[in-house]
Amino acid sequence: MLQVCSITKSFKGQTVFSNLDLTVGQGRFHVMIGPSGCGKSTLFDGLTGVFPLDEGRLLWKGEPFADLRHHAAYMQQKDLLLPWFSLLNNALLPAKTSGQDMKAANDRACRLFERLGLKGYESHYANQVSGGMRQRCALVRTLMFNRDLILLDEPLSALDTITRRSLQSLLLLLQTEFKKTILMITHDIEEALFLADEIYLLSARPMSVSSHYVLDLPKPRNSHDPVLTAIKANMLEKLEGDLNHEPG
Amino acid sequence: MNRVNLPAAILVALILGIWEAAVRLLAVPVFILPPPSNIVWVALVQAPRIFPHAVVTFAEILMGVGFAVITAIPLAIVMFAKPSLEKAFSPFLVASQAIPVFALAPLLVVWLGYGMASKVFMAWIIIFFPICVSLLEGFKSCDPEFRMLFRLMGASFFKTLTLLYWPWALPRFFAGLKVGVGVAGIGAVIGEWVGAQKGLGFFMIQSNARLQVDLVFAAILWLTAMGLLLWWLTGVLEKNIVRWK
Repeated sequence: MLQVCSITKSFKGQTVFSNLDLTVGQGRFHVMIGPSGCGKSTLFDGLTGVFPLDEGRLLWKGEPFADLRHHAAYMQQKDLLLPWFSLLNNALLPAKTSGQDMKAANDRACRLFERLGLKGYESHYANQVSGGMRQRCALVRTLMFNRDLILLDEPLSALDTITRRSLQSLLLLLQTEFKKTILMITHDIEEALFLADEIYLLSARPMSVSSHYVLDLPKPRNSHDPVLTAIKANMLEKLEGDLNHEPG
Repeated sequence: MNRVNLPAAILVALILGIWEAAVRLLAVPVFILPPPSNIVWVALVQAPRIFPHAVVTFAEILMGVGFAVITAIPLAIVMFAKPSLEKAFSPFLVASQAIPVFALAPLLVVWLGYGMASKVFMAWIIIFFPICVSLLEGFKSCDPEFRMLFRLMGASFFKTLTLLYWPWALPRFFAGLKVGVGVAGIGAVIGEWVGAQKGLGFFMIQSNARLQVDLVFAAILWLTAMGLLLWWLTGVLEKNIVRWK
């Protein structure tokens, strides 16, 4: 669906990522893991066209294209809910800005509110609900983009462990129920093992893919599965190795 | 508004008390400095005489504020949308503040006449700048992550303006407006000093010439009350519009 072919980006002589390759297959859940500060979020900015790439190209369904601005929905750690709109109106923003039929969009958003456990909170404001609720709302808004590819930039890292668990199951719904293709950044290995079909392990600056794992195991997963435990051990080893090679 | 600011109330009472006592003990003539109690008394008793003038000044202030708002909003939007235009306009905005507007008052009376127009224009010049600049700063203070979200949603500038930038800037806009309604009276009164047939400024000049200092103070008291009323009304408006703060 999306192919990222050896893209490179430097800022003021500092190479953030170089010769980075990713293949994003339709309907699959991709997770990128890397040490913090390795430029994962910058990669998303590059893919969505915040700045031009120095080298490399992007292919969308085999065709070259400039950036993902009109192809992907985006959700990040901050919920980015506007305080002057109710939760429902926040979720309806993508419909409002892209001129969708508002009646249909409204019905759809209401169904999503029900499905994601927000029923009854449609007219609440962001400051009246918990962090988990706000992220659920951000998730509804992300679905309201009506786009096949979803970019998730550490969407759950601001939440507590328990809330996080329940939201991970909802992220899984993006794939299983809503048939979305997902490219997620996280620094949580457990989260990656729970959700991913494919894991890209990233090395620190300049960032590039150091390992690629394919996890063809049924979901929901049991974290004690020996295959997962083995992959986890392997990833930890590589991450630690990466850290040890860091100068200074 | 419901809570009384006790330290401020004590301070005001103290100043007024000293003023009252000093004037009475030193037997200062009323045409030099009247005691506060006398000023309040005159302001109330002479209300039928002052009121028609106050209405004129109040209308000038309101129109000045109104014009300033309806001109500052489009200019701030245009400058925000096109940074090249901001570069082009900003020296003029700064210059409009550097010019001593009071020096312009006689000219404005020559150009626009003794009626309300010259006073409205004075008020407009003074408050246009704080409103425009605070709104522009409000637009600019928008979080880049929200801009990014709207960009990915494919939102047009107009949609982003109405759904994101405008509400985002509203608190700053009201801060500018509060400053504006506070100083608008200065413009109107100076305009009236220079040449007018009605208004509190005109009334003050007349009373001053007749050594009716108590009436001058009464007019100042009315002006202050009007300024406070406008400031309070702006605050009420803000509370009703900017509910999320």
